[in-house]
Formats: sequence, C-alpha cells, structure tokens
Amino acid sequence: MSTDTDIRTPAPPPPGAPREPGRRRSATRLGDRVFAGLSKGSGITLLVIMGAIAAFLAYRAAIALAKNEGNFLTTFEWNANAQPPVFGIAVLAFGTVVSSVIAMVIAVPIAVGIALFITHYAPRRLAAPIAYVIDLLAAVPSIVYGLWGALFLVPHLVGPYEWLDDLLGWTVVFSYDGGAPRSLMTAGILLAIMILPIITNVSREVFRQSPQTHQEAALALGATRWEVIRTTVLPFGRSGVISASMLGLGRALGETMAVATVLSPSAILSAKVLEPGGGTFAQNIASAFKEAGEFGRDALIASGLVLFVITLLVNGAARLIIARRKEYSGANA
Amino acid sequence: MSAPPVAERDAFAIHQPRLPRWAPAAVAVAAAAAAVAVGLGAGLASRVQWGLMAAVLFVAGLYAVSARAEGARKAKDRLATSLVWGAFLLAVIPLASLVWETVRQGVKVLDGYFLTHSMNGVVAIAPGGGIYHALLGTIEQVALATVIATPIGLLTGVYLVEYGRGRLAKAVTFFVDVMTGIPSIVAGLFVLSVWIMGLGFGYSGLAGSFALAILMMPIVVRSTEEMLKLVPNELREASYALGVPKWKTILQVVLPTSIGGITTGVMLAVARITGETAPLLLLVFGNPAINDNPFEGAQASLPLYIYEQWANGNDASYDRAWAAALVLIVFVMLLNLLARLIARFKAPKTGR
Repeated sequence: MSTDTDIRTPAPPPPGAPREPGRRRSATRLGDRVFAGLSKGSGITLLVIMGAIAAFLAYRAAIALAKNEGNFLTTFEWNANAQPPVFGIAVLAFGTVVSSVIAMVIAVPIAVGIALFITHYAPRRLAAPIAYVIDLLAAVPSIVYGLWGALFLVPHLVGPYEWLDDLLGWTVVFSYDGGAPRSLMTAGILLAIMILPIITNVSREVFRQSPQTHQEAALALGATRWEVIRTTVLPFGRSGVISASMLGLGRALGETMAVATVLSPSAILSAKVLEPGGGTFAQNIASAFKEAGEFGRDALIASGLVLFVITLLVNGAARLIIARRKEYSGANA
Repeated sequence: MSAPPVAERDAFAIHQPRLPRWAPAAVAVAAAAAAVAVGLGAGLASRVQWGLMAAVLFVAGLYAVSARAEGARKAKDRLATSLVWGAFLLAVIPLASLVWETVRQGVKVLDGYFLTHSMNGVVAIAPGGGIYHALLGTIEQVALATVIATPIGLLTGVYLVEYGRGRLAKAVTFFVDVMTGIPSIVAGLFVLSVWIMGLGFGYSGLAGSFALAILMMPIVVRSTEEMLKLVPNELREASYALGVPKWKTILQVVLPTSIGGITTGVMLAVARITGETAPLLLLVFGNPAINDNPFEGAQASLPLYIYEQWANGNDASYDRAWAAALVLIVFVMLLNLLARLIARFKAPKTGR
C-alpha cells in the first residue's frame, strides 16, 4: 500500500484527494502499529500465563518437596499436616491411571459405535437430532454428573458388581464384598459416561469427512455396509479417533468433582477395583484442601504439578497426531 | 463357523440368498423367550440380567442364523449393525437417566422462594433455604471472567489469523491448544499460589474469575480463529483496495462479518465455565450468606452450592442439590441453544 503512494508522489495529486499522502501514511502506520501491538501482546500474554502456571506450581512444589519426609513418588499416605510431613503420590497416580483407563476402555468403543450410528446407521431423520442432543450433553457440567453419580449411579451399581463378583471374582481384580461401591471402577464408569459425548462428537466429525467416493467405490465392488466402514471409514478416521480419545483422556485425568463425589478415598493401593478406596490427583486436591494448612497447600500444589505435566503430555500428543493428519488428509479428500 | 453350504452352492447366482425381513424380529422374540425361560428357571431376580441375556442371545442368534442362510460376510454385517445399535442404546440409558433424574428430583423444591433466598441461617438438615446467593455469585464471577478473557482471547485470535507469522504464532497456536486441556483444578491451584498465597489476598469472587478466565481464554481464541478464517479474503482485499488501513479493515470489515460466530464462541465458553466447580472450591470458598461484592470476601457459586449440599449428606440437602443442578443445567442449555441460534442466523455470508 505504502509503495503505491511512494510511486505516485511525483505525479500531481488526484483532484478531490482530501489529504496529502504523507500525513495519511503516518496515521495509518500509527493505528496499525497500535493494533498489531495489542493483538501480539495478547498472544504473548497467553504464553506468559502458561509459563507462569508452570513456574509458580514448580516453585511451590519445590518448597513442599524440600520438607517432605516420605518419598514423593512411592509413599502411599497423604499426611502433609503431620509433623514431620509425609506424603506421596503413589496411590493418587495409581488411582488416576486406573480410573482413566477404565473410562477409556468403556467409552472409546461405545463412542465410536455412536459416531458410526449417527453417520452411517441411524435413519436420516433421526441422525441430526441425535447428534444435536449429544452435542448438548457435552456441555452438562461435571458437578451434575457427580451428583447423579453419587446419588443415582452408586446405589444402582451394587447389583452389577455382585454379578461381576459371581462371574469374575476369582480374578481378584473383580472381587467385591458388598457395601457402597464407591470405588475406582465406579469413578471410571462415571468418567466414561462424561467423556462419551466429547469423543463421539470429534469421531463423528471425522467419519463424516471420510471421502464419499471411497465409500461408493467399495459399495460398487459389492461390499456390505460393515465392509464399507471397515475398509474406508475406519482407516480414514483412525487418527481422528485416536486424538479424540486423547482429548477425552485428558479430561478424565483432570476431572475433579465427578470423582470426588463417587469415590471413598483412602491411602490404599489395591488391585480390587470394585472395592472402595484409592484416590486421584484432582479428587485428593478437592477433598484435602479445606483441612490443609499453608504447608498442606504447597503439598497439594506439588501433586497438581504432576497432574499438569501428565495432561500436558497427553494433550500435546493428541495435538501432534491431529497436526500430522492435517498434512496428508488434504491429498485424498 | 463352518463354511455356509447355501452360499457355496449359489456362489454364481445373481441373487444372494437373503433372510426375510421379519427374521431379526423373529430372532428377537426367540431370544427374549429363551432369556425369560432361563431367568425363571435359574431364579435370577434382576430384570437387568434378563435383558442382558436376551440381548446377547439376540446378537449371537442372528449371527448364527444369518451365517447359515446368507454367508459369513452378511452375518458379520448384521453383527456390526447389532453392535452399533447396541452401543447407541447402551449410551442413551445413562445420559437419559441423568437428565430425567435431575428434572424429576429437581422440581421438588424448585420454586420462587428457592430462587430468591439464600442459605443464611438455614440448618443443613432442615428443608428451606435457596440459591439466590449462589446465583448472584456465579453471575458475577462468570461476568468478571468474561470481561477478562474475551478481549485477550479475541485479540489473540485476530493476531493468529491476521498478523501471525513465524515462530511466535506457532508457539501461541500450540500453547492455546495445550491450554484447552488444562484441568480446571490446576488453573485453580495456579491462581491460589499467585493471588492468595503469593500476594496475600483473601478468598473472593475475583480470584475465582481469574481461574475461570484462564479456562475460558483458549476456547475464545479457538472459536475466534475458526470464524476469522471463514471470512472471505476478497472482503479484505476490497477494503485494502479502497485504501483502508489494516487495523480499520479488521475492526470494520473482518470482525463485523464474523461477529455472529465469535459471539457464539464466547457464549459456548461462558456456558462451559459456568459449570466449573473445582477452582471455585479453592478460590471462592463458598458462603451461605449473600455477598454481592465479588472483590472482597468469600462468595457462593451455583456449582459449588451443589457440591456443598451433596456433601451435607441428608435428604433436605440432596433435594436442594438436585434443584440447583436443574437450574444450572437449564442455564447452561439455554446459553448453548441461544449461541447456536445466533450461529445459525448470523453465519458469515460467503460466496456472494
């Protein structure tokens, strides 16, 4: 723009031009510079916030770890208020991983099923409303899932757990002695229900984008509906499903309220996932916060830092998978 | 499965043998009858077990019948259809139950009194009290968070689409993505460590809205970015051709064109943070009385109220928790629906 005016300067100014070019150019530049600076500054602010989160959590965590008498990684109990303080994340890490894995094992196949149902199986007239409702369900706050989980799901799981105990009790993992099933399994089931809409929505988008021409080609070769899906839709959507699952996993790892309401925490590390006990990072922070003193908070922040790093890695991996997909998906679309 | 003899014999027939249309229904009836028989015979009390057995028998039976009559490929297709429908039905049960329970339990104590009174002086185990203080707190905290997060998010989105080149833009894009995945409790811990433990301020609605703003920013950036990318380049070029400077082009051409989508994004972000509980637990702390000043003193908030009432652990509190949950769901759903309506009617007009 400015070069244009430069070239034209020797020529007489066009009739009716209200201002001389020089003044207008500098005004333009000032406005542009201010606006560009503002928007760039906002971007930098975001980076600073991310950096500050890592820095402050690490600083507080360092204070806590310096005074910790137990081994942070292998200690079971969480007694940050004791003298001397003893706390460790072994139980929390175990509980977080187990409940999230249970959630993924349940949610991913079902979510893929629903996504396929919406894109390929449901009657046309039903598909759009169903997709819409599932979109809305993704917005239900986690505390509502937590309330429902604690007051409705937990009492209704006693029967199925007893049944599981009858059938699979010999595996130890699924043994169950009765009592309120406020266990890691219950937390996992509730998390699965929570992340189902998220994984479904992303998978559905990917399946919908799978090339129509491939599907028609498969049909023309005599493939059944399932063979069309297996040979064209699923391969195309695989990386999308993986990244959707990772997003769901990130949500499950960091979920606080839904776990805090359905889990009876204890410093037990047990393979019996149907029995009450255990804990997760986020749940422990929410449950222990009100009783924690100044130092107890530092300790909780240390566990929060671990959670932060884990979710960072999971989300980063998901984004890399999405980014890689972008690069080649354009060619065969 | 052994090779189906019928399919082999008719391998060169134009018409593959097909099960009649009523076959799935017949298998379903047979499966249900068998399940009832086994259930009665074995004395299983739970009707859920009967249903599960019937479902398994149906899927297996249809597969067997189809494999026999139509061949393995058709049978697999039918199996996949059964499983996909099964997945859908399996997911509908808890999600429908969630909505149904919340509405059924929530309407019990939800009335004008509940919406206009606080919990001040109400004993936890007694009925009565309301959510006025919590509603007020939530609205103030969310409004503050929106005021903080929207300008930063919007400008960052503008930066990424209109200015962003090179490494900084790439870093911002990546970290915005990563920021979307920050657990809400970690955002709460961060504000706790800076604002309350570091700078020595007390619990307040403002502290909570800082955490909410951190959770809201990446969502606003993402939706702004998506919407700005939809604005056709011809519009920008036309504006430049008229000699309009870039910043004015953005403010008067690009943003107005995409304002519908951006509004939708902001509202969806608001809906998302309205339901956040964990950071408020650490920063706002909860308060049974009305505190209309978000800058000073502990406040209540709707999600936090639900958690507290649940934690009280008695029937009167549970009723209040359900009613508050119903109010929260309705509020969030209305925001969502409104946002989608705006998106539909104010979508950027492309290709004209």
